[in-house]
Amino acid sequence: MNLVEIAFWGLSSLAIISAIMVLISKNPVHSVLWLIAVFFAISGHYILLNAQFLAIVNLIVYAGAIMVLFLFVIMLMNLNKERDPQKNVWIKLAGAVSGGCLLMVLVSLVKQANEVNTKQVEMGIGHIGLIKTLGKVLFTDFVVPFEISSVLFLSAMVGAVVIGKKDSKLENN
Amino acid sequence: MNKLVYLIPLFPLIGFLINGLCRKSLSKTFISVIGSGSILASFIVSLILFFDVKSGGAMAVNPLFTFIQTSTLKIDFAFQVDQLSSLFLLIITGIGFLIHVYSASYMHEEEPQHYGRYFAYLNLFVFSMLLLVLGANYIIMFIGWEGVGLCSYLLIGYWFKNNNYNYAAKKAFVMNRIGDLGFLLAVFWIINKLGTTDYHQVFSLAQDSSKHLLSTFDVTAITLLLFVGAMGKSAQIPLYTWLPDAMAGPTPVSALIHAATMVTAGIYMIARSNVLFSMSEVTMHLIAIIGLATALFSATIAIKQNDIKKVLAYSTVSQLGYMFLGLGVGAYTGAVFHVMTHAFFKALLFLGAGSVIHAMHHEQDIRNMGGLKKKLPITHITFLLGCIAISGIPPFSGFFSKDEILAAAFAHNKIYWVLGVAGAAMTAFYMFRLYATTFLGSFRGTHDQEHHLHESPKAMTYPLIVLAILSVVGGMIGIPELMGGHHELHHFLSPILVSEKAHEIEHSTEWMLMGISVAIAAIAILFAINKFSKKPEMQDAEGFGKVLANKWYVDELYDTIIVKPLMHIAELFKSIVEKSGIDGAVNGVGRLVQYSSRQVRLLQSGQVGSYILFMVLAFALIILIWVNDGHIYRFLTKIF
Amino acid sequence: MPISNYIIFCLTLFTIGIVGVLVRRNAIIVFMCIELMLNAVNLLLVAFSKMHHGAAYLTDKASLVGAEAQIFVFFIMVVAAAEVSVGLAIIVMMYRNTHSIDINFLNRLKN
Repeated sequence: MNLVEIAFWGLSSLAIISAIMVLISKNPVHSVLWLIAVFFAISGHYILLNAQFLAIVNLIVYAGAIMVLFLFVIMLMNLNKERDPQKNVWIKLAGAVSGGCLLMVLVSLVKQANEVNTKQVEMGIGHIGLIKTLGKVLFTDFVVPFEISSVLFLSAMVGAVVIGKKDSKLENN
Repeated sequence: MNKLVYLIPLFPLIGFLINGLCRKSLSKTFISVIGSGSILASFIVSLILFFDVKSGGAMAVNPLFTFIQTSTLKIDFAFQVDQLSSLFLLIITGIGFLIHVYSASYMHEEEPQHYGRYFAYLNLFVFSMLLLVLGANYIIMFIGWEGVGLCSYLLIGYWFKNNNYNYAAKKAFVMNRIGDLGFLLAVFWIINKLGTTDYHQVFSLAQDSSKHLLSTFDVTAITLLLFVGAMGKSAQIPLYTWLPDAMAGPTPVSALIHAATMVTAGIYMIARSNVLFSMSEVTMHLIAIIGLATALFSATIAIKQNDIKKVLAYSTVSQLGYMFLGLGVGAYTGAVFHVMTHAFFKALLFLGAGSVIHAMHHEQDIRNMGGLKKKLPITHITFLLGCIAISGIPPFSGFFSKDEILAAAFAHNKIYWVLGVAGAAMTAFYMFRLYATTFLGSFRGTHDQEHHLHESPKAMTYPLIVLAILSVVGGMIGIPELMGGHHELHHFLSPILVSEKAHEIEHSTEWMLMGISVAIAAIAILFAINKFSKKPEMQDAEGFGKVLANKWYVDELYDTIIVKPLMHIAELFKSIVEKSGIDGAVNGVGRLVQYSSRQVRLLQSGQVGSYILFMVLAFALIILIWVNDGHIYRFLTKIF
Repeated sequence: MPISNYIIFCLTLFTIGIVGVLVRRNAIIVFMCIELMLNAVNLLLVAFSKMHHGAAYLTDKASLVGAEAQIFVFFIMVVAAAEVSVGLAIIVMMYRNTHSIDINFLNRLKN
């Protein structure tokens, strides 16, 4: 077992455990924190895969911006353990069992696919994960989608403002 | 010139579309102009084509497009212009035009919307009839055949608020359908045996004795089935009862469809298929016998009818019987000739009757008429001419055509001739009974009616005059050689008809036959005028007359032997088989679905979570089935 | 590292996300689980990208094979950011109207 493998298994188990903790934490704030842990683990995977740019973006966008947004909302609503709605035990069990079934089926698929089982992921080589390379590709081949994504952001911003605005009619009633 | 042929049915079709689609927004004047104008345009083109054919233009088939194409069967949408079809084109469009003009005035009291509907139907009828006549194969003819049946139905039930009229329309449609079935079976038989429906190919293949494609049985069956179709359409025994009832429609419709054109479709079809019919002795005999029987039978009924249109209707059936007699004895020219002259004088008589009915404010019972001679001078004169023409008095048109048929019948079988002359005498009798009761004597209607009596407007009298002239001189194209004529029609039609049996009777005999038939007709006329002009029969008929007045109780007979048992069986099926069997099954399925859906509905809770749960499970299941072909065990071994 | 390891790992993360959606009623947690699923897919995309790149790298050191996948991941993050902003706005509005973030409240689909 070399260093890379140790890192892989370590990060993987960290991610899975943290993901499970997201589910089972009663307090939503804890869930958010566990999710940030998952994102850190995934960023670690990105670094392992020599995709440094994505690793950093993942941290900044997800773990930084998005999760902070989640935290804000949770704290604004003053959610806590007591107010957390809980599902019926049987429904929880059904959800877990069906999820397990799905995982089982999917894993069996992977096991049956011979092509997949022979392929390797080359972790340490190549330079496509670097900002320099990705920037070139992004601003040549993918410049139009890039610009369109700015329009998407604009519309998302407008949408968020419109939805989040207090409905004056509702207030009057 | 033949390139123009597609225009002939196109004009009425356009007229139909305009009048039919825009009937709510167009004015009556515009509707009548469109309706009549489209027929006039067709008539002009038909005239051009007719003279083209007459001057020796070769018979031509004009394929427009491929209608049906299979590996073994190809049916073109093709029009055939030859002597027979060009002649019928003239009759249809010419008389059709006159009747359209007449209708424009006759139907003027209708609301614009119904007025437009009327003209749309009429145009559609002319279109279908032209298709029937122009088609170059049996399929196109069948399209027209069905089309005219449909239009007949629509126009008989034109005043659809009257239930009796609707029943009459339904009766006509059902009777026609019985005949159409025969036609259709014949066409299938032809396709099966010969692999084509094209007239040329069918006739040449049928005549080709070296190939033996058609056995005697085939020919007999095909021609009999075709004749069944003709029976339905041309109102022969036993399928004739619809035609008198069809008088429920507006009078111009009776003139156009149920006297001049549609009912002659059967004659046209048999004349068109004369090659086939000539090959089957049995069918020819049957046609002659049925034609003769119909001629006599309906003539006897006509004697005792009191409804002016009913008399004409039975007269039509009777005259159609004569045409079939002509066909049956092989006198195709005579039959077609009689179709033409009959179209003239019967249209004239119907339109004259329409004029009378118009003047009498929809009174149709001749017992309430009388003495109309002075009030309706033009109608009177033209009606009289029509009566003389149909009675077969020389030199009016009816004489020549009827005489030709009778002469052929004499050559064929002398009994046919005797019965034919008896029928002709009856024809003369009932026509002049009608004439005398209606126009002579004194008026027997109410004062109110008498006060309002008036001659019809010009749009109605002009067609009458034109038709009267045609009725008088129409026979000139068929003056037999015996009288020093050339019989132009015979020469004209000869290229497409199989050679008819030469008249083997001597000239002196023929003169004598003519003399006898004319004399008998004249006696019948004089007797009728004498009997009915002064004191028409007012009381209901008794004894044998009552049987005739009730049309030999044929309707009742049909009702008893066909309709009632059918009703009983239907009732049985309705109350037992349907209620418990079919309804039970159907309702059971319905109840099952209702019950199970009420249970399944519980699944639709509106909770997104449960939907996703089902989605996930279904997804897993689909993968399981798709990848492993449902072998759960193999799947389980693969996981670990 | 065999690609199947990555696939199974990502599937596990993804399934945990699905189970989270199934068992939790808190709308914010459900939303977070969706983010978790997105991340699982992202990681798998990068893993596949490296797999293909590794094969191409042997013949051409300057090969750009696999870069598109990482651009894809980048765009997924962009879209996810937009989605989160709108989604959280919806949740806030829902909370304001119902004083609850229980997704079982949103059962209007029933009718």
